[in-house]
Amino acid sequence: MSNVIDVEDLSRRYAGGFEAVREVSFSVRRGELFALLGTNGAGKTSTLEVLEGLAEPSGGRVRVLGFDPGRARASVRPRIGIMLQEGGFPGDLTVDETARMWAGTLTSSRPVGEALEMVELAHRSKVAVAQLSGGERRRLDLALAVLGRPEVLFLDEPTTGLDPESRQNTWRLVRRLLEGGTSVLLTTHYLDEAETLADRLAIMHEGRIVREGTVSEVVASQPATISFASGGSGGDPQLPPLDGARIVMSGGRTVIETEHLQQTLTRLLVWAEEHRVELPELAARPASLEQVFLAVAEHGDGSPPAGSGDAELRAETLTGAPGTSPGTGR
Amino acid sequence: MSTQAFHGTDGAPRDVDGRAGRLRGTFRRVWSLTRAEVTLLSRNRTALLVALVFPVLSVLALLTFDLEEGDAAGTGALTVIMFVGVALLYIVYYNLVSTYVARREDLVLKRLRTGELSDPEILAGAAMPAVLLAAGQIAVAVGAALTFLDLEAPVNVVLVAGAVVGGVVLFALLAAATTKITRNAEMAQMSTMPVFIVCLIFSGMVAPLDAFSDRVADIAQFVPLTPVIDLTRLGLLGTTGTEPAVGFTESFAEAVTPAAILALWIAIGYAATRRWFRWEPRR
Repeated sequence: MSNVIDVEDLSRRYAGGFEAVREVSFSVRRGELFALLGTNGAGKTSTLEVLEGLAEPSGGRVRVLGFDPGRARASVRPRIGIMLQEGGFPGDLTVDETARMWAGTLTSSRPVGEALEMVELAHRSKVAVAQLSGGERRRLDLALAVLGRPEVLFLDEPTTGLDPESRQNTWRLVRRLLEGGTSVLLTTHYLDEAETLADRLAIMHEGRIVREGTVSEVVASQPATISFASGGSGGDPQLPPLDGARIVMSGGRTVIETEHLQQTLTRLLVWAEEHRVELPELAARPASLEQVFLAVAEHGDGSPPAGSGDAELRAETLTGAPGTSPGTGR
Repeated sequence: MSTQAFHGTDGAPRDVDGRAGRLRGTFRRVWSLTRAEVTLLSRNRTALLVALVFPVLSVLALLTFDLEEGDAAGTGALTVIMFVGVALLYIVYYNLVSTYVARREDLVLKRLRTGELSDPEILAGAAMPAVLLAAGQIAVAVGAALTFLDLEAPVNVVLVAGAVVGGVVLFALLAAATTKITRNAEMAQMSTMPVFIVCLIFSGMVAPLDAFSDRVADIAQFVPLTPVIDLTRLGLLGTTGTEPAVGFTESFAEAVTPAAILALWIAIGYAATRRWFRWEPRR
């Protein structure tokens, strides 16, 4: 079987009647990293808790490594690692004692020192957990999650609260685990994290999956954008006809949305050259995950927005350098 | 976000190791948690001191009161009986309510639930320091009573041991169930009060049930601590009150009713814990 996680029509309703997860289906293949994206309250953690065997689904079917994770906890747990969004430690134990305690509960454990080394906490091993910074605590959480050499790793917002360097280290560690054959299900609201790490991803909104696929598949639903500051030398120029592109004026910038970035950009630049028009602060950028994400957050289904208000939202994202590299997206 | 499911160690598919292997695993996991909990207790000097000194002072106070009332049991037996009652009520019951609630509110229980420990193993591991302390105090009390207080050799040690073990299990379960109505660790003083007071007065640990009217005594035998005290009295003295003492063999027959009541309470405590125990704070 090539899927380590199978989710079919999963629903989860809370006692008050609130439906946090609505008929969600997806699969995670062995060895891949699958990211669940979504705004706060989209249902990511509620979905994860069912897969981790911490909560019962109210509908649908869930399989982790072929087992029902809630009913067959004893069979599933030795093979998975879980990093909660929020988990506690007794403050009076040291880092080392905490890890040792956890190791003692595992069927097979890495050496404690190795796990602490992996998250770069080895030098803090004699420090009481209460003395750790928020980021260090997060890394201790991660160390415990990987201590049992899991086949499947659940990471619920693993880098929230980490400084940029620790985030990079965490990403490096996750990549190393992926190379070693671990499958990872990750939730995050850092889009660059998903862009760099995810083989496939799903965007959740109000309990449903509204977009799913590889990063490029998901991004393909959005147009690329070209933008420049309006009102350059001699007022706004009359733009040439740009087939299939939409032009929006917003916040002092002219934004051109197009499905064919290279073609539209060429036409624009040739026209500018011929008419000696200066395009100040010119930026061209392929569609980004952020665009899809914001469109989903705005419209729910991720369809390309129509109003100028949305263009304004996205126009802000255009001020960065074109083709923003991962790590600087936010 | 209440996740109330309460799973046992038995997953649907059986372990290849079989029962012995699973039991070894349970022991190893609970032991690891116990070691950490004992370390934590040893670093909390105040809690440790209170747990050691409070029961001794309580027993001394109760004894003074009780000896004036005149209990036929004698000082040695009374000391042991009171230590059993106080250890169960204070060290096991009250102490565990506050421990479980503190661990719940700090999200430690939630974290522990993500690992290989089963739910009962987590509760057992967190309970171990209290259980060891309670057992230790009772053992010391028995030793002291035998040595210094003219406690005669118990009629049936099996009943005394059974009473203590059953009592520890019962009050740990009642503690877990009581967390349902305990918002934070400080609230434990309030939430444990009803069980605490009812047990203190109506269990026969301070005054034998014979001292009450028949109707009260009939009801009092169903108070959770009563069967534990009855079995302890029976095991130590061969009688639960003013009736003449019975021998080793007959004491088993006398023990059937309290043992059944104790078993019933354990079943109730288990069901209540399964149903009500929350693993994370209410948000």
